[in-house]
Amino acid sequence: MTAPAAAAVAPGFPDLDRIPRVDQVGVEERVARLCARSIKKDSKVAALQLALSMIDLTTLEGQDTPGKVRQLCQKAMHLHSALPDLPRVAAVCVYPSMVQVARQSLAGTAIRVCSVATAFPSGQTSLDIKLKDVCLAVDSGADEVDMVISRGAFLRGDHAYVFDEISAIKEACGAAHLKVILETGELGTLDRVRRASVLAMHAGADFIKTSTGKIQPAATMPVTLVMLQAIRDFYHATDRRVGMKPAGGISKAKQAIQYLVMLRETLGQAWLTPGLFRFGASSLANDVLMQIEKQLTGAYQSADYFSKD
Amino acid sequence: MDRSPSKLSFQTDWQYAPAPESIDHVRVNERYDLFIDGEFVAPAAGGYFDTINPASEKVLARVAQADATDVERAVQAASRAYQDVWSGMKPAERGKYIYRIARALQERAREFAVIESLDGGKPIRESRDIDIPLSSAHFFYYAGWADKLEYAFPGRRAKPLGVAAQIVPWNFPLLMAAWKIAPALACGNTVVLKPAETTPLTALKLAELMQDVGLPPGVVNILTGAGATGAALVAHPGIAKVAFTGSTEVGRLIQKSLAGTDKRYTLELGGKAANIIFADAAIDQAVEGIINGIFFNQGHVCCAGSRLLVQESVADEVISKLKDRMETLIVGDPLDKNTDIGAINSAQQLATIESYLAMGRAEGAQLYQTSASLPEQGYWCRPTLFTGVSQSNRVVQEEIFGPVLAIQTFRTAAEALDKANNTPYGLSGGVWTDKGAKIFKLTQGIRAGVIWANTFNKFDPTAPFGGYKESGVGREGGLHGLTPYVELG
Amino acid sequence: MADVAKRDLRAATESDGDGIAARGEGAARRLPVAKTYKLYIGGQFPRTESGRYYAFQLTDGTLANICRASRKDFREAVAAARAAWGGWAGASPYLRGQIFYRIAEMLEGRSAQFVAELMSEGVTKRRAQTEVAASIDRLVYYAGWADKYQQVFSAVNPVNSSHFNFSMLEPTGVVAVIAPAAPGLLGLVSNLAPAMVGGNTGVLLAARAHPLSSMSFAEVLHSADVPAGVVNVLTGFADELTEHFASHMDVNAIVYCDGDADRARQVQTLAANNIKRVISRVGVAWNRSGGQSPYLIADTQETKTTWHPIGW
Repeated sequence: MTAPAAAAVAPGFPDLDRIPRVDQVGVEERVARLCARSIKKDSKVAALQLALSMIDLTTLEGQDTPGKVRQLCQKAMHLHSALPDLPRVAAVCVYPSMVQVARQSLAGTAIRVCSVATAFPSGQTSLDIKLKDVCLAVDSGADEVDMVISRGAFLRGDHAYVFDEISAIKEACGAAHLKVILETGELGTLDRVRRASVLAMHAGADFIKTSTGKIQPAATMPVTLVMLQAIRDFYHATDRRVGMKPAGGISKAKQAIQYLVMLRETLGQAWLTPGLFRFGASSLANDVLMQIEKQLTGAYQSADYFSKD
Repeated sequence: MDRSPSKLSFQTDWQYAPAPESIDHVRVNERYDLFIDGEFVAPAAGGYFDTINPASEKVLARVAQADATDVERAVQAASRAYQDVWSGMKPAERGKYIYRIARALQERAREFAVIESLDGGKPIRESRDIDIPLSSAHFFYYAGWADKLEYAFPGRRAKPLGVAAQIVPWNFPLLMAAWKIAPALACGNTVVLKPAETTPLTALKLAELMQDVGLPPGVVNILTGAGATGAALVAHPGIAKVAFTGSTEVGRLIQKSLAGTDKRYTLELGGKAANIIFADAAIDQAVEGIINGIFFNQGHVCCAGSRLLVQESVADEVISKLKDRMETLIVGDPLDKNTDIGAINSAQQLATIESYLAMGRAEGAQLYQTSASLPEQGYWCRPTLFTGVSQSNRVVQEEIFGPVLAIQTFRTAAEALDKANNTPYGLSGGVWTDKGAKIFKLTQGIRAGVIWANTFNKFDPTAPFGGYKESGVGREGGLHGLTPYVELG
Repeated sequence: MADVAKRDLRAATESDGDGIAARGEGAARRLPVAKTYKLYIGGQFPRTESGRYYAFQLTDGTLANICRASRKDFREAVAAARAAWGGWAGASPYLRGQIFYRIAEMLEGRSAQFVAELMSEGVTKRRAQTEVAASIDRLVYYAGWADKYQQVFSAVNPVNSSHFNFSMLEPTGVVAVIAPAAPGLLGLVSNLAPAMVGGNTGVLLAARAHPLSSMSFAEVLHSADVPAGVVNVLTGFADELTEHFASHMDVNAIVYCDGDADRARQVQTLAANNIKRVISRVGVAWNRSGGQSPYLIADTQETKTTWHPIGW
């Protein structure tokens, strides 16, 4: 797994006037055309395996316990023993309080531990407490931190606040990779999605991520396309490759393949790796596994034959 | 924006496998006769010609060559049907026949799509998602007008004209037939249709469908043949109206040939549309609009956005993004569901396009083509850009009718408008900007019949389509599309 | 020359009955000042560049020398019409309506002169009076249409996608009109008004037998705030000018009203050179209600369909 090219220095506060506009209908038409791609046979198996390797297997519930997290880590390590040569998922994603458990459970594997932080999911607390939340996650062994932006500040137009907050949290992350959750379901327009993406990348995000999974709509293809286009333009402007993580609402293998088609045709070869693209999902893995099994056997599958966690 | 040397690579490890549309459900006969008076009849002179698949250069079927005798028979059949059956039928009943056609076409949509792609070379994605559903939608739309004509022409009484001679091109064979047949029938006229020589099959399948839905004999007659067949049809004294879609050159000949007659005519002719991109546009959607504007249907589109006018301050960015997007276009087997650009319709058209590519280079323009691999058999052209061109270049002035985009830059809106209108054509135009007032200024200023603002190449049965200036006379589609088929009393 | 000099006064005498001439009977005979009829091009009244004229016999037996416009005069007129097009097409319909109403007002004020001129051209007094009145009313009719025909012929098209789609009319451009042989004034007005009220500019060839009323009408236009070049009026011979009206590449539409088959063939053949719109109004009874209609406005309009996405 290749790590994203970490920036020595973030490029600073962006010129917001130069952020291109986004036309919603045009985006939806492009998405519809991408979804018309027909992925069959070998191409489909390759896509399914790639998708599997990009999954951040996630549990983010108030009822999470060490026992639940250990089970999830077991699932991450043993996706479906009946199938040999499966790729590993990319990471297990938990709350900060569960990072230590996950770290221990995944010891000796290449599966990364990812923690949400910064008063996830609402982000409605002070920067000071957010930084402490991040420190808890990092000190507990998180490889990756998924923060939420302050949507309230963003929506009232205080872009500098959002930028400074991300910068501060990036610094607190140290070696841990920072994914910045825009919570696009609360932003209202694709123009704001684009703007928030640019702010996050300029403030030092290693990844930008659509959603917490706690707000509907979570990840959508139009939102993801706009974020991928922002990543592409940022790459052209700075030579830095930022990763992308759609999260929430992607539960079917077919959807995952559509996202990969979109990724391939927007960013190309360099991004077709778990180092730069993740799916934040809990139930996607099993559907992908069922599809892989179907491709191998020719028979449609039943969920009863695939362990839930 | 500064463009760093950072490059995206679309040569990916993960590739799309072939995804061929299944064709085992499709029926194509070895030979097709003429459809006259509800029957398939052999041509009087007994001649047949090949229609080939431009992707494989293989013969798909033998098709009858209609001559003047056949034209006479067809026009007589249409006249009889007009007088005895169709013009006097209760309008609501007429409408129900047209609804039947719409429905039957929906039911057999996939078969028609496959045949359209086989015969014409267009990608199955387009024939499946655009040509056939839109054809059906046109019949459905005009069916409903049949018994409502008194509301279309306030203060007037609409009467049918008689027999309409309709000549359609090879770029949208079934769709253009639907555009013409549907309003003609709704208004109470009968039809003699001539499909293009290289793409006759879906019209002949439509003839079969007309039989199957029980359309009275003679209401729609279909004659296959080349230019001479069309000329004989246009010249026939029993024709009340001519509807032609094709080149301006042929349209001019038809207009001249009709001089001194009382025949009505509508002409949908060529174009050289400007697609104007301002710096404040939604650039990524604009790039997609440019792609749809020029690479839709291999650029065989009269309203194609074949001239890109891009504001200087974003020209480098737009062209760079355009090239990236073009790299993801898949050229090849029209029946592969992933194909974006299919086969050029004929060897002749390919030769025309290639002559323009040579001409552009000779005039000093820079040519850019994608790295798309091309099949060995068939007629193909990679997506192509010309940069470094000016208004005086022939590749800027003349309709190429292929996947070839000429790119010019501008500084001010007035300059863009001036360049956009500096053409004898006036079919369509595109404007991309985020500023509302500027959209209206530009869309009003462009002298063309169809303007797409922040979108391109959209079509709908309810939306009138047609050109200003040398791009044609009259409108097809919508309420305005009824006018060419009625006499207002 | 003497014949020419007499004609205005004679005409006025016949129309008024108790005009200047009547008073003149008892007074010392005054030499009337005859009017020279010229062309109307680009807001000016030049003589034909060709120097040619045709002698026009008035009903009183006098002769008028009428400009026999050349193809170069036509070329100048088209250039003037093209130059005026942007401003006129872009003028608000309200303004165009105001100007057309103003034309009607000016004609009303000069109706006696027009009755007299029509009579000089051989129209009976009764018919002349009717024709002038009808011409005024027709101008008022079209003045009223200026800001209404768009609402009658436009459409919002309910397309099957997330787009706002509408079709509206725009003027075709420069229109060349060969006025009907008769009625001279009403025929000219009836063909001029629907084209120009719709934002076209153009060139009209007056009926050969009605040069006086036609060119005086140009003066009415000139005095009614019609911008220079919007309407250009020529006198001359349709036989020699039709070819140029029909073949000019910068003319977008041609209207003709007389039924000669050869003329029709010639117009239609040459019009094809630039796909001109050809509008035949053969056999229209201009003095009836059928001589006016918003559909005549639509004849020289193009339908433009505009698409725009609907989204956030």
